[in-house]
Amino acid sequence: MNERDLRNQIADVKAGRLSRREFVQRMIAVGLTAPMAGTMLAHSGVAFAAESIEYKPTKAGGGGPLKLLFWQAPTLLNPHFANGTKDQEACRLFYEPLAGWDADGNLVPILAAEIPTKENGLLAADGLSVTWKLKQGVKWHDGKPFTADDVIFNWEYSVNPDTAAVSVGSYRGIKSAEKIDDYTVKLTFKQTTPFWADAFVAAYGLIIPKHLFADYIGGKSREAPANLKPVGTGPYIYVDFKPGDSISAKRNPDYHQANRPYFDTVEVKGGGDAVSAARAVLQTGEYDYAYNLQVEDEILTKLEAGGQGKAQLTVTGHIEYIALNVTDPWTEVDGERASVKTKHPFFTDPAVRKAINLLIDRGSVQKFIYGRAGVATANFLNNPERFRSPNNKFEFSIDKANQILEEAGWKKNSSGVREKDGKPIKLVFQTSINAPRQKNQAIIKQAFQKAGIEVELKSVVASVFFSSDPANPDTYPHFYCDMEMYQTTMPQADPQFFMNQFTSWEVASKDNKWQGRNVSRWQNKDYDETYKQASSELDPVKRAALFVKLNDLVVQDNYILPEINRRNCIGLKNGMVANKSGWDNDLWQIANWYRET
Amino acid sequence: MGNYLLRRLIVAVPSLLGISLILFVLLALAPGDPFGELASNPNIPPEVREALRIKFGMDDPIMVRYFRWLVAMIHGDWGFSFASRVNVDTLILQRIPATLYVVGTAQLLALIVAIPVGVLAARRPYSIFDQIANTFAFIGFSLPTFFTGLLLILIFSVNLGWLPFVYRADIQATGWMWWWENFKQAVMPVTVLGLYQAASYTRYVRSAVLDVIKLDYVTTARSKGLDESRVIIKHVVRNALIPVVTLVALQMPTVFGGAIVTEQIFRIPGIGSLLISAILANDTPVIMAVTFVFACLVVLFNLIADILYGWLDPRISFR
Repeated sequence: MNERDLRNQIADVKAGRLSRREFVQRMIAVGLTAPMAGTMLAHSGVAFAAESIEYKPTKAGGGGPLKLLFWQAPTLLNPHFANGTKDQEACRLFYEPLAGWDADGNLVPILAAEIPTKENGLLAADGLSVTWKLKQGVKWHDGKPFTADDVIFNWEYSVNPDTAAVSVGSYRGIKSAEKIDDYTVKLTFKQTTPFWADAFVAAYGLIIPKHLFADYIGGKSREAPANLKPVGTGPYIYVDFKPGDSISAKRNPDYHQANRPYFDTVEVKGGGDAVSAARAVLQTGEYDYAYNLQVEDEILTKLEAGGQGKAQLTVTGHIEYIALNVTDPWTEVDGERASVKTKHPFFTDPAVRKAINLLIDRGSVQKFIYGRAGVATANFLNNPERFRSPNNKFEFSIDKANQILEEAGWKKNSSGVREKDGKPIKLVFQTSINAPRQKNQAIIKQAFQKAGIEVELKSVVASVFFSSDPANPDTYPHFYCDMEMYQTTMPQADPQFFMNQFTSWEVASKDNKWQGRNVSRWQNKDYDETYKQASSELDPVKRAALFVKLNDLVVQDNYILPEINRRNCIGLKNGMVANKSGWDNDLWQIANWYRET
Repeated sequence: MGNYLLRRLIVAVPSLLGISLILFVLLALAPGDPFGELASNPNIPPEVREALRIKFGMDDPIMVRYFRWLVAMIHGDWGFSFASRVNVDTLILQRIPATLYVVGTAQLLALIVAIPVGVLAARRPYSIFDQIANTFAFIGFSLPTFFTGLLLILIFSVNLGWLPFVYRADIQATGWMWWWENFKQAVMPVTVLGLYQAASYTRYVRSAVLDVIKLDYVTTARSKGLDESRVIIKHVVRNALIPVVTLVALQMPTVFGGAIVTEQIFRIPGIGSLLISAILANDTPVIMAVTFVFACLVVLFNLIADILYGWLDPRISFR
C-alpha cells in the first residue's frame, strides 16, 4: 500500500464513505497496528471515536466481589518498577494513566479531559509538543486533588537515573514538562515525536501521587511506603497486599466516573500454574478472570467443556519467529563467537535461506500446536485479525526447497545430506524449554531432513535463554548456534521501539555485553535509513508506509522467518463483561467491568 | 548440660558460615539474572538493566558481595527481594503462618496416624492388620504429593465441588465461618502431606517397636502380669520412640520450610512457594535467606534431638 492509497482511504473516512473500523482493519491487514491506524486518522483530522465502552449498571457498587487469578503473582505495586505485565495489571486497580488504547487503536481518555488533536489545538503541528488537559475534580484515594503537578512529577521521577524506573523508555524523550495551570500540562519533546501518545498513556503511563513519592525520588525510591500501599485515583482502593500472593481492594466511592465501579471488592490471588488457573475459571468457575493462559489450546477446549467460562483471545503484535544467524557461530574472532566480522558458512547463500523458509510448516504449527492462540504469518510486524499482506506470503513445500537447493548446487552426499564445496549443511537449532517450542522444533527438523538438511536440536532452560547475563553463552542474544526461535513481544501500540531490533546499531556483540537487541546481526543500510526516517516522520501516512517497507525489508531477506503471531489468552467466567484491548493491559478498563445478571 | 549446649552452639557457628558461603557462591554462579524479563521488552533500554544491576550490586565480585551480605546479616539486615523490593524478613514473616498451619497440621496428622498404626502393626507382625498397614504405607510413600494433590483436586474440587483448590490467606468471613473456610481449604493439602508423611513414619515406628518388643525387659514386664496395654505404652513405646524422635526432629525444618510441591499445587502462600517463585525469578536475596534459615533450622533441631535422647534414655549423657 503506498502513500496515495492511504491518503485516499483517509479521505474516504473523512467523507464518511469508509467506516472508521473498516479503515483500521485494512491497516491491520497490511501490517500496521491498530493504535497507529487510529493515530493516523487523528493526525489527518478525523477525531478519535467517541468512547464506546460498554457499561450497563446504573449505579456504582452492588456487584459483590470480583475474583482475579494470576498464576504469575504480582510482586510489586509501583507502575514505574513493574516487572512484566503481572505487576502492570495489578497496578491498574489503583492507578490510572491519562489515556488508554482500545482494541481498535483509539485513544480513550481516562484522567485526561480530552484527547489532544490538531483540531482542538492541543497537538503541535511540528510534532515537538503536546498539551494535555486534565480532568478536574479527580481525587487521590487519600482525598488530595489530582493536578498538573502530579503529572510533571511522574516524568521527573521516571527519568531520574537513580530511580532506575523501567518506564523511562516512555519518558526520556520529553525535554520539559510545563505547568500551564492546575489542569493543563504542556510536554515539549527533544525531537520530532510522531508517537506522542506514549508518555502518560497505557501501561507505563500510570500516574503516582507526588505528595507521597516526592521524598522518595532517585536513590531512595525503594523505601517509599506507597510502593506497597498504593494510593491512586483508580476505581479500587488498597486494602491489603502480600507480595507474590494476594491483593485485596475495595470500591472507591469517590471514583471520578459516574456509576462506576460495579464490584464492591476485588480479590487478586497469585501463584500456581496456568493450567490450574484455567481450570479455576473455565471448569469450576471459582474465579472470574484468569490472566495470560499460556495453555495448549487442546487443554483449554477441554476445560471450556466445563461450561463455567470461556477463553478469550485478543489480538497482539507478539511474534514467534526463527532467526538465522548472519554471522558464523562456530569460529572465534577476537574472543567472540558469532562476531560481526564473520559470515555464516551457508546462510550467506540466499538459496539456502529461501529453501529453509519453504521448509517451515507454519500451517501445521498453527493447527497442531498453537490452535486459537496463534496465527501463522509471513510478516514480522503484523496483526492476526486479518493478516494477508499483499507483499508477503508463506508457503510450505519440501519439493520446491529441494529444487532450489539442487539448482543452487547443493547436492546430496552419500549420507543424504546436501553439501557444496565439501561443506555439508548441518545446523544447530536452539530455543527455550517450553512444550510448544519443542514440538515446533520437531516439526521443523522433520521437514529439514526431507530436504537433506541435518539439524541438531538444542533446548535451553528459559531462565537462562532469556537472561541478560553477559557471561552465559547460552542466552539468546549470544546466539552461539545457527538458528534460534523465540517470541518477541510488542508491548506498545507503536512499532517504533519494536522495529529497532533490526537496526545496525542494535547488533548484539561482545562490545555491548550482548545487550543489543539485534540478535540475528542482520544489517541493511536501506533499513537503517528507512528506520531513521520513520522515527522522525511526522506525517502518519508516510510513516505508516515506511513501517510497511521496514517489515518487507526484513522479511524478504529470509534471515528472519516469522512464524506465529501470538494472541493473548485470558479466561473469563460466564457473564463477565470486560472490555479488552491487545494494545493495553487486560485490566485497562477495570472500572467498566461488570457481571451480566 | 549447660556446658554441652554452649559447646554445641559454638561448633554450629563455623558450619553455618560454611553453609552460607557455599550457598552464596552457588547462587552467584548459577545462570540467569533477575532482570531477564526486562531484557525481552523493547520498551526498556539496556541502560536501565545495567543501572539496576549496579544499584543492586550484582556486578561486584562474589566475595565482596558475600562479605557485604554477611555483615548485613550479622546486623540483622536480610536484604531485600529484587522482584518485589520488599525486605526479605517481611516477606518470610508474611509466609510463615500459612506454612506453619498447613505443614504443622500435616505433621500432627502424620504422627497421630503413624504411632498407633505402627505400634499395632508391630504387636502382631504379619497379621492381616500389619499387612494392610504395610501395603498402604508402601503406596503412601511411593505416590508423590504432586500426583495425590492433583488427584484430590480432580475428585473433590472438580467432580464433587466440595472443596476449594485455591488456598487463600485473606479469608473475608468472620467468626465461625472463618474457621470453617480455613478448615475447608486446608483439608486437601493437609491430607496429602499428612498421609505421605504418615506412611514413612508408620514404617519407622513399626520397625522400632519390633526391635524393642522382643527384648528381655518387655518379657519380664509381661511375666510380672502387667496389663498388655501398660506394657506397650510404658515399656515398649517409650523406648521405641528414640529413633522416631530423630526422624521427627529432622523433619521439623520442613515444617518451617514449607512443602514446596504441595504449596505450589494448592497456591498456599507459604515459604515453599516463596522459595519456588524466588528461584524462578532468580531473586537471589530471597533464595539465600530461605535456604539459610533452613540450614539454621536443621542445625537447631539436630541439637534438640540430641537433648531429647537424654530425656528419653538417661543412659545417653551429655559429654
